[in-house]
Amino acid sequence: MSVATLDPPRPAPPDRTATGSPGGRRRRPVLRRLPVWIAIAVILVIEIYPIFWLLTSSFKTQTEFLGEPAWSLPSSLNLDNYVEALTTGQIGRNLLNTVIVTVPSLLVILLLGSAAGYALEVMVWKGRHLTLLVFVGGIMVPGQMIIVPLFVAYFRLGLTETYAPLIITYIALGLPLTVFMMAAYLRAVPRELFEAAAIDGAGMLRSFFSIGLPLMKNAIFTIALIEFFSIWNDLLVALTFTTNPELATIQVGLLNFRGEFGSIEYGPLFAGICVNVFGTLVLYLFLNQRIMRGLAGGALKG
Amino acid sequence: MRSVFDDRKTIVILLGPALLVYTAVKLVPVFWTGGLSFFDGNLVRGFQFTGLDNVKRFIEDPVALDATWFTVRIAILLTIGQVILGYGLAILYTFSLRRSSALIRTIVFFPIVLPTVAVGLLFTRFFQFAPEYGVVDTALEAAGAEPVDWFATGTGSVVVLVIMELWRTMGFYAVLLYAGLMDIPEELLESARLDGANGLRLVRHIVVPLSLPVLLSTVIFSFNATLKIFDSVVALTNGGPGTDTTPLTLHMFRTAFSYSEYGYGATLATVLTLMCFLVTIVIFNSSRRDITQG
Repeated sequence: MSVATLDPPRPAPPDRTATGSPGGRRRRPVLRRLPVWIAIAVILVIEIYPIFWLLTSSFKTQTEFLGEPAWSLPSSLNLDNYVEALTTGQIGRNLLNTVIVTVPSLLVILLLGSAAGYALEVMVWKGRHLTLLVFVGGIMVPGQMIIVPLFVAYFRLGLTETYAPLIITYIALGLPLTVFMMAAYLRAVPRELFEAAAIDGAGMLRSFFSIGLPLMKNAIFTIALIEFFSIWNDLLVALTFTTNPELATIQVGLLNFRGEFGSIEYGPLFAGICVNVFGTLVLYLFLNQRIMRGLAGGALKG
Repeated sequence: MRSVFDDRKTIVILLGPALLVYTAVKLVPVFWTGGLSFFDGNLVRGFQFTGLDNVKRFIEDPVALDATWFTVRIAILLTIGQVILGYGLAILYTFSLRRSSALIRTIVFFPIVLPTVAVGLLFTRFFQFAPEYGVVDTALEAAGAEPVDWFATGTGSVVVLVIMELWRTMGFYAVLLYAGLMDIPEELLESARLDGANGLRLVRHIVVPLSLPVLLSTVIFSFNATLKIFDSVVALTNGGPGTDTTPLTLHMFRTAFSYSEYGYGATLATVLTLMCFLVTIVIFNSSRRDITQG
């Protein structure tokens, strides 16, 4: 079991095949590199073109959608579509709802998950391996397996028509992976650190907050990102527990976009998708190094 | 020393809340759903114990059997695609691009963080046939080929679904596998190169065997994730045309929440969960044997 660390697994190896002029990289014949460059060009076009098309389409007028080929560019950068998407389409409301459910879910998952990971990995007691296994088993269980009883329970408790069902369910769904990753991460931390703290008279609770948590900072950040995107992009739970359109999250709101405008009003639809895609893109560009490294050091490694 | 590390009060304080939430909101509902599959009913009608009637109904329900079969097919198809494309990309990152791969990795990874419904709508328009051609059909027409009504047939819808899912996820699987390839000691590769192994032979005889454990985790991960496929199907085809692209997840959702058949919905959910466990155990056991023998 490898550890969720944010450091790259190891520094990239020096290019030992380098020959020729000192300090110079080996120059491969251009022809041999050509297939690689073509492959990369194809990959980039495949990845980027749909997004580019989405962006340009969001500025088109309905006449342009109907009269011109799908790949044509808009004649001007008019923002009417965005205005319409935000007013008629309630994109703003959806975004706010998503923030309202994501933030508390995320904070609780991280706090409970890291505390549990610490109790399961650093502390020594009978039954901790079994308890960890019970948590890990939860990773495999699909959301469909728990939503019916939860639906009944939330209904009986009178929690429907609030954000609570979403938040509670996200916490429960996020905990297994978080506990597992935290425990895996702590496994590689030398015991001596905690022993030294104990000798200095710190109780385990104290050593969790002053040694454990700071050590787990990187793991917490990684898991925070993973959980953030999975809650932000959830459809199943949001669809099940939000009957009131006022509570609809981004994914549910977008789904309504399909039928909302009688004949398909392409402009607002594309603008609506665009707001979501580019909002996420900005966030992703800020955080992508962290995500990548977290995954690269991730717990999936046998 | 020991007494500090097994201080019960601290264990309860640290583990208690997580265990409580997990038990109440996940574990109990899992068993509750398992139990509900022996009942028939919903909130309005109440529940009646019906024994194995739901299981019998499942076996005789053509839509459920189709959905199960579709789930298995799409999971196999996507797992193969995700692992092959991901592995190809990972090899490209590791051996052809090396350190300069960061930007490419970032771009190819990006779609996985997008809201799936947004991607689904995007692809619906991209492959649109009527009332206006999308990009793909416009291109087909320009190339002199016959435009295709993708979403009119089950096959066409599956093709678009697979393309979209691979577009969305290949960068993610590439990064997972890339992490595994990075762990192969450079010395090993170097000595293989000195022995004359290059290109495909190096990959086949050195890289693949050494990254087998990571490949295995990735196959399990991918299979498990695709058995639960839901968002993308809902957004792209909504299960159509007819029920041609309806996976078990969507059939379960509709049974429980559109038709308020909670008992039977619970049965479908249980079948799905058992499938996830079964697949994991089967893949894990069979591959572990291979590794220890090989």
